[in-house]
Amino acid sequence: MTRFILIALSLLFLGLMVILPVIAIFHRAFADGFDAYRAAILDPETLAAIRLTVIATLLVLPLNVIFGVAAAWAIARFRFVGRRVLLILIEIPFAVSPIVAGLCFLLIYGAYGPVGALLEPYGVQLMFNLTGIVLVSAFVTCPFVMREVLPVLMVTGEDEELAAVTLGANGWQIFRHVVLPNISWGLAYGVVLTMARAMGEFGAVSVVAGAIRGQTMTLPLQIELMYNDYNATGAFAAATVLTALALVTLVLRGVLNRFGPKKEAHA
Amino acid sequence: MTFQALDIHKSFGDTEVLKGVSLSMKEGEFVALLGPSGSGKTTLLNIIAGLAHADRGQLLFAGEDITRLPAGQRHFGFVFQNYALFRHMTVAQNIAFGLRVLPRKSRPSRSAIAARTRELLEMIEMADLADRFPAQLSGGQRQRVAMARALAIEPRLLLMDEPFSALDAQVRQSLRESVRDLQRKAGVGAIMVTHDRAEAWALADRVAVMNEGHIVQFDRPEVLSSNPSSDFVRLLVRADAA
Amino acid sequence: MTAIPRSTPRVLPGLSLGLGISILFVTLIVLLPISGLLWQLAQLTPADYFRVMSSERVLTALRVTLTAAAAATLINGVFGLMLAWVLTRYRFAGRGLIDALVDLPFALPTAVAGIALVSLYDRSGWLGSVLDKFGLQVAYTWWGIMIAMIFTSIPFAVRAIQPAIEELDPDEEAAALTLGANGVQRFLRVVLRPLMPSILTGVGLSFVRSMGEFGAVIFIAGNLPYKTEIASLLILIRLDEFDYPAAAAIAGTLLLLSVILLVAINLAQTRMQRYLRAEG
Repeated sequence: MTRFILIALSLLFLGLMVILPVIAIFHRAFADGFDAYRAAILDPETLAAIRLTVIATLLVLPLNVIFGVAAAWAIARFRFVGRRVLLILIEIPFAVSPIVAGLCFLLIYGAYGPVGALLEPYGVQLMFNLTGIVLVSAFVTCPFVMREVLPVLMVTGEDEELAAVTLGANGWQIFRHVVLPNISWGLAYGVVLTMARAMGEFGAVSVVAGAIRGQTMTLPLQIELMYNDYNATGAFAAATVLTALALVTLVLRGVLNRFGPKKEAHA
Repeated sequence: MTFQALDIHKSFGDTEVLKGVSLSMKEGEFVALLGPSGSGKTTLLNIIAGLAHADRGQLLFAGEDITRLPAGQRHFGFVFQNYALFRHMTVAQNIAFGLRVLPRKSRPSRSAIAARTRELLEMIEMADLADRFPAQLSGGQRQRVAMARALAIEPRLLLMDEPFSALDAQVRQSLRESVRDLQRKAGVGAIMVTHDRAEAWALADRVAVMNEGHIVQFDRPEVLSSNPSSDFVRLLVRADAA
Repeated sequence: MTAIPRSTPRVLPGLSLGLGISILFVTLIVLLPISGLLWQLAQLTPADYFRVMSSERVLTALRVTLTAAAAATLINGVFGLMLAWVLTRYRFAGRGLIDALVDLPFALPTAVAGIALVSLYDRSGWLGSVLDKFGLQVAYTWWGIMIAMIFTSIPFAVRAIQPAIEELDPDEEAAALTLGANGVQRFLRVVLRPLMPSILTGVGLSFVRSMGEFGAVIFIAGNLPYKTEIASLLILIRLDEFDYPAAAAIAGTLLLLSVILLVAINLAQTRMQRYLRAEG
């Protein structure tokens, strides 16, 4: 009996709070028919926003992968002064509100910030353009890859790497042939999370993007713009794209969880 | 080619694990490091391999000082206690790894690597299992792959850390023979860490008995039996004879 | 044997490269921006700071943000525990799907969540129209803010509590049952107590997350100054007015609050675990 009530309550809560809103997105997007939806998606501004979002994400991804793997390797395999501090610093973006994060970047890299002012005479502008979007996206996604790779490295242990050392492999060979295959599943999941978050970030990006129509509008910003312009179909149509991405993320998570190696017997 | 360790000292934090160990061996000799856990034998082996570094002391190989030489440049084959096979590579790929990672100018051709791998697979009698992954092998098979992988680089010295400890008694017996056989065929000197007296006796030309960071006696098994230098050695030698 | 660390003086390569990349990235992407905020704050005199923070509008925004976040956290504590319990202890059709859907609010961009929620709770929306019949209004009120915060932070509560329930020993529950403990006692004594550290983490993360939430909230909040304006939005407004000191003062306060909270959670958790362990 308790079991039944608890399950029913959980389903009700999740249905009302999580599932219904997602259904509402698709409902509203198609409220004016499929043709209106098609037209909304193919709107040049929406397409430009999609393109910018994809470009920004593709720029953030390699940055985050290189950093995440490098940090995980250093933290998992070595003891050094400041190891704990590094771990905490990587987790900070998790606790910082997106608007505060955006403000932080503006205050240091903006035209009036110490670093921004230093670069301005050389004609280098970091905020209110693609660079700014990439920088804040790197901030909000900072812990994702490291967090997935670190536990995998901890579980696999260093024996295979030491074996490769005794067989004469150099650093790159050890990474390419031994480490990378071992961390591939965790890395893949970290990449998926980073992509999802980078494409969807709203608050931090809205502070530093400058919101120039057709130029620095990422898809989430475009959604806000259309929504405030009373273009509901346009806003919800664009939202379906991001919702579909979120659902794909969840499916990938499920796939990686099911087929990825759990804790393989040590060979 | 001769190998010598001179006055090796090593501490971890406040614990002194090796308190001045010296050891010298002849070409092609099979030496066992025998002692209870905590006697420092694994640490000594790791220092010889270059997987740890001595605080004090010197390592000489064929007269060359290798104390500071990185592990990868020593050309010593190492068989890990848990074998440490590359789980994402097949048996053949595991064995070929040491040849594939050689710098281009000294790397054998693709076909030469394949031929050498096949030769080693036949030597360990696993030619039919070349495409298996480590997880699909029995403990004894893994051990043989680990041996073949270490021998593939034609090492100047073969180092083995408790190579039989993960196996059950029956497999252990039969593998002893094949390990000694492989080592003779390769014509390479070997150092094996073990805590099992019978294993040391069966395999080694000479046995170095270790206790609390010292080598207490280093001699042929029959000499250790007939002429133990201390009560510790006497007890160790008799322990499983009784 | 394996207990002896094998790699003491850097047998494995890549420390300097790995650490170099990490330090460069963390400095440029985390440390410098945070110090940018601190640098701006340092230029404020205490009097300036208090003038900004004591204005009626800022105080209201903070009150709205904190009360809504607290209410959302309370609800997430209860339902997060329930969901985590149901998902770990019961097997039923569709459990895997439900488990995956818990992460949806985390994966869904916040702006998308925002317009979805407002379209649902607006007077013309599916839920809004029903509530309207009872004279209740959620959209553009404090309640809407709370709902949006519940949505975005529920995954944090569930995922923090779930592993702890997995580790609970069902035998202990059975033992309590044979000792005659009734359902409520059993739940409080045997289940809730050992779960407390992770529940605390879950609600703590949920609160920090709610406090800073922006995208999901602004669409449904109405954003009326002195009524339904959240602190994050006020920062943005001050920023648009180029009032950097005021923006920095509010942002610094929010940041300080989340850092204090996270540190407090960490300390409380360690202490509680020690206490639970000592008790056996």
